[in-house]
Amino acid sequence: MPLVKGGKIADDTFTRLADDAPLPASGDILVSADRFVKDTDALLARAGRLGVIWPNNRDIEELVPHLARLAAVALVFPTFRDGRAYSQARLLRERYAYRGELRATGQVLRDQFVFMLRAGFDSFEVRKQADAEAFAQTVKRYSVFYQPTGDGRITALHRRMQLRHSEGVGT
Amino acid sequence: MYAYDEIDRTLVNERVSEFRDQVKRRLSGELTEDEFKILRLQNGVYLQLHAYMFRVAIPYGTLSSDQLRRLAHIARRYDRGYGHFTTRQNIQFNWIKLAELPDALADLAEVGIHAMQTSGNNMRNVTSDQWAGVAPGEIEDPRIWSELLRQHTTLHPEFSFLPRKFKIAITASDHDRAAIKIHDIGLRLVKNEKGETGFEVLVGGGLGRTPFIAKTIKHFVHGRDILSYVEAILRVYNQYGRRDNIYKARIKILVHELGIEKFSREVEDEWQHIRGSSLQIDDEVIEDIRSRFSYPAYEKLPHMPDELRQAAADPAFEAWRKNSVASHKVQGYSIVTISLKPVGGPPGDATAEQMDALADLAEKYSFGEIRVGHEQNLALPHVAKRDLPALWRALDKLGLATPNVNLISDIIACPGLDYCSLANARSIPIAQELTRRFANHELANLIGRLHINISGCINACGHHHVGHIGILGVEKNGEEVYQITIGGRADENAALGNLIGPGVKFEEVADVIEDVVEAYLALRERPEELFIDTVKRLGVEPFKERVYATR
Repeated sequence: MPLVKGGKIADDTFTRLADDAPLPASGDILVSADRFVKDTDALLARAGRLGVIWPNNRDIEELVPHLARLAAVALVFPTFRDGRAYSQARLLRERYAYRGELRATGQVLRDQFVFMLRAGFDSFEVRKQADAEAFAQTVKRYSVFYQPTGDGRITALHRRMQLRHSEGVGT
Repeated sequence: MYAYDEIDRTLVNERVSEFRDQVKRRLSGELTEDEFKILRLQNGVYLQLHAYMFRVAIPYGTLSSDQLRRLAHIARRYDRGYGHFTTRQNIQFNWIKLAELPDALADLAEVGIHAMQTSGNNMRNVTSDQWAGVAPGEIEDPRIWSELLRQHTTLHPEFSFLPRKFKIAITASDHDRAAIKIHDIGLRLVKNEKGETGFEVLVGGGLGRTPFIAKTIKHFVHGRDILSYVEAILRVYNQYGRRDNIYKARIKILVHELGIEKFSREVEDEWQHIRGSSLQIDDEVIEDIRSRFSYPAYEKLPHMPDELRQAAADPAFEAWRKNSVASHKVQGYSIVTISLKPVGGPPGDATAEQMDALADLAEKYSFGEIRVGHEQNLALPHVAKRDLPALWRALDKLGLATPNVNLISDIIACPGLDYCSLANARSIPIAQELTRRFANHELANLIGRLHINISGCINACGHHHVGHIGILGVEKNGEEVYQITIGGRADENAALGNLIGPGVKFEEVADVIEDVVEAYLALRERPEELFIDTVKRLGVEPFKERVYATR
């Protein structure tokens, strides 16, 4: 499954570690929420970066005390019809100021890219190769956004205000 | 009328080109039907019994003449020459071809119409009072707020994949014509003691197989906070709404399971985090939206012009005027409801010719504006009283002057088994038969205000629970059976109807309804006591006895 990061297809430095697999001494690993909660200290103590795969029905606040030490949080779209992870993503970015990698996993399709970017995701495990290749094109599809989110894009309402003021200056 | 600016136009065009690409990918097999289904639903495209159905949004029920002409064009060019107005200020076309949909959307986009989120598990078309801005005694024009919410809910990055569909309705009048109590969120504009505009917020209303009347979650939310408050409700719902069972996924179930107190505490907690954020709307933004609504340049006209006085001698005109013409906030003007319920016709349908002709009449008599109401009728919101006789004659020629607004043959019905793949039973033929039974205007007038609502399945698109008489078609042992309720209403005193007895067969429905009406005529205290009030006073029993005594 291709990973899109920084706007283009990239190598995934993270390895998914099964819950019963021995902990490797180094390297970047992604672990389940269960393993993370059970073994937090050991996981954080090792060399190599740590990411957690957080299910969409588990309260994100549980993760908050550890955010500063996490290199990646992977949120899950079991199907693309299930939008819970959008709320989790916005909470992580906008309320808890999480700045690490925020990864979309599961059924991630081209048609969600813009929504996901706006919610704060910055890396994507894309289901289809063609979708991953179309990333840069797809995210340029929209230039107008009605809602303010943490991605900082200016909303239509505020763009109108700017236009109105700049017109005012000109006359 | 709200006028799109370049920003709104750009977004709609971007959406059309995205959908064009999605259709192309579906036709080439790049997208599976399962993937495409959600994408097409987000653009108002259903797969029905015979063909794709295309549902177009008419936000808060306001249309310009140009927009109505464009809907006529869609009906003619891409469909079979007619459209069907729904109970949520949408219009549906029943015979659209998938490959032509992007072109149809592009044609609509040229006049500022879209089909975004008219289906799917997202925030649906924001609806309002079809008399918004012209009804006497409004707090203020609710369309300003409806438009703000339309923009805010369009392509929302967090709430486009909710547990289930989500509907918001807004009213600014004491008399609720927007049926806000049967919506996921109902907003009632109110003023606080300082004279500031805000909202009473209701939540958790809805029909379907588990009907609920919405409950008040907060008595006053300031206008500047309405987006953050709605966002807080949605965020709680998105995270905790059930996704394991489609029939329990609406917010009404979550509100019911948590209880309104616990639910409102969750919302309050969330709201405290976001209320002062960039979601807060400052006055300047509200004024900007308001400035892009144009209002007619009304003339100073007499309350009772000669034309109207003279026409009063014509009983046919008077019959129509009495139930189709309502008071306007400006002296000398009226709001005219146009019945889309001709005797023997399917409720809510209009032909392309009728739409074109109405667009012309609106230009001539109503400042180029048309409204769409949840009762599946249209309205001309600014008709000078002196023009009423001429307008009536013109409407009559078009078959649009049936004098039955709010009478028993002004029936709300879903498309039913004739079109819909969800339906268990036919709706339209029941409605057609009832309009024939009650075609006699004197009889209908004698009965007075009475709303019949018909749904062809438990999903309740015909709002049967809140009809004064509700008719629900179900399937039993391979046969269509109809359950009849009485006492429902969708207004400010919204209530769910009660069953009057066992279901009846298709052939018997009209007879049973006639018996219910006869029972009412015998039971009412005086001619002015409306059906709904007699039912409230006496309950279901006396009706049940009379209707089922001989069955």
